[in-house]
Amino acid sequence: MMQQTKKSYLSETVARLKPSGIRRFFDLASSMEGVVSLGVGEPDFVTSWSIREACILSLEQGYTSYTANAGLLELRQEIAAYLARKFHVEYDPEAEILVTVGASQAIDLALRATVNPGDEVIVVEPSFVAYGPLVTLAGGVPVPVETNGDDHFKIRPDQIERAITDRTKALIICSPNNPTGTVLHKEELEAIARIVKKHDLLVISDEIYAELTYDGPYISFAAVDEMRERTILISGFSKGFAMTGWRLGFTAAPAEILRAMLKIHQYAIMCAPTMAQYAAIEALRNGEQDVEYMKKSYRRRRNYFVQSLNEIGLSCHMPGGAFYAFPSIRETGLTSEQFAEKLLLEEKVAVVPGNVFGAGGEGYIRCSYASSMEQLQEAIKRMKRFLARL
Amino acid sequence: MKLTEKEVEIIEILEKDARIPIETLAKMVSLSVGETEAILKKLEETKVIVQYTTLVDWRKVDGHEGVTAMIDVKVTPKRGVGFDEVAERIYRFPEVKSVYLMSGAYDLSVVIEGRSMSEVAKFVSEKLSTLDSVISTTTHFILKKYKHDGTVFDQGDQDHRIVMVP
Repeated sequence: MMQQTKKSYLSETVARLKPSGIRRFFDLASSMEGVVSLGVGEPDFVTSWSIREACILSLEQGYTSYTANAGLLELRQEIAAYLARKFHVEYDPEAEILVTVGASQAIDLALRATVNPGDEVIVVEPSFVAYGPLVTLAGGVPVPVETNGDDHFKIRPDQIERAITDRTKALIICSPNNPTGTVLHKEELEAIARIVKKHDLLVISDEIYAELTYDGPYISFAAVDEMRERTILISGFSKGFAMTGWRLGFTAAPAEILRAMLKIHQYAIMCAPTMAQYAAIEALRNGEQDVEYMKKSYRRRRNYFVQSLNEIGLSCHMPGGAFYAFPSIRETGLTSEQFAEKLLLEEKVAVVPGNVFGAGGEGYIRCSYASSMEQLQEAIKRMKRFLARL
Repeated sequence: MKLTEKEVEIIEILEKDARIPIETLAKMVSLSVGETEAILKKLEETKVIVQYTTLVDWRKVDGHEGVTAMIDVKVTPKRGVGFDEVAERIYRFPEVKSVYLMSGAYDLSVVIEGRSMSEVAKFVSEKLSTLDSVISTTTHFILKKYKHDGTVFDQGDQDHRIVMVP
């Protein structure tokens, strides 16, 4: 009989995809007791009661069927009103807004709806771990552009320009950034806009942390002159409204692009969960005070945590948004992974090594300060002890 | 009194946790320890901060079987001093924890803490009801405290999040 080699059932693209670098640390950290975790990328607040209550009410009333593919019109209208009120960008709720399963699905849709095989997508790094792989899964080629801690991880226009080729289709930006917390200001966004216009690029603007901007008003990339028509705005309820487990996001884009995204969405997902959509309506109508309260609390913790990091010898820029501090660990002579592993094993403090967010993150660690003040104080105490021993 | 944003922020933080170390507090509001101390001193002197208190769940302490009662009191206000005089006569008793002037079915809401129900009953019948201006009293004993001054008792405050998330 002929010897048959067993074929792989996996797609080559998926087989080649690297698993998230966080996985190994997750396994290690979850096997340990008494860990102070700065590794979480989500709020430590529970979703506000009025939002949870709205979800319960929707269930009691029996709203358990599908919604429109694009989401409840009532919710899209609230989203449009919210975007106009808070970020001064106008979208038509019937044709330009789509409710998604988390902002993650919206990013996936944006890429799949716009990228042709071989198209290049510039990813500003350090970045959220999913951008590169999602570009690959959409058939595109992620082109990382590294930002630098000395520039507060701000992307310089000439860096983008150097990465542009004939195949460049789009640019993904995230402000406030995960993992660096960096916020791009008006002039910086305008400088990017000039290049985007000059090279006729599309921008996927991940604005999931917009509500958590601490030192000034937030400016949406879509609100920059002439950028609305070439921007896919991505956002959601997870971070600002403390609704990570609800998996509810949304995207706003010019009608033609949105129609294409909707096409994929209706075949792949049908619609976002109905009860989560009812909860989101309540969040937008009555959640503002709670968002403000949480934001205030994060800002105080940021102030405490970043100053303390600097005092114990981990130099860290003051992040303008999100809930991450991204201190440099270069002076210790360890790599990000070595530092994170040693810190976890010796002092039971879980942080995420910076290199999982792209090459630009090597030499840094990501610490989430969305933890109680007691936990943060304990973390600083342990990290100080750890550094003293190195 | 008009307070600065930082002063209000300090009060908000202390209202939740009065024992926070001053170094931590100073960092949270981005001030030096000296500046923070000066603000605290001012807030204390001007009685914006009246007192630093501790919220205790006495049920957990053996031998502390105290009871709390809320008493609705109807009174006859006096010419010239209104309700103030009778309110003062009531709040001077050490058993009385708080006194509020209310709108609606009765005039004063009085909170009493005592060691036993009979001690509270004795206070109401012998001291409160016998005051000249007091017309009637209705006593409600508190059976269980679920939430007090914005704090939920016995709240499960463990972190449900997994230790690592992208």
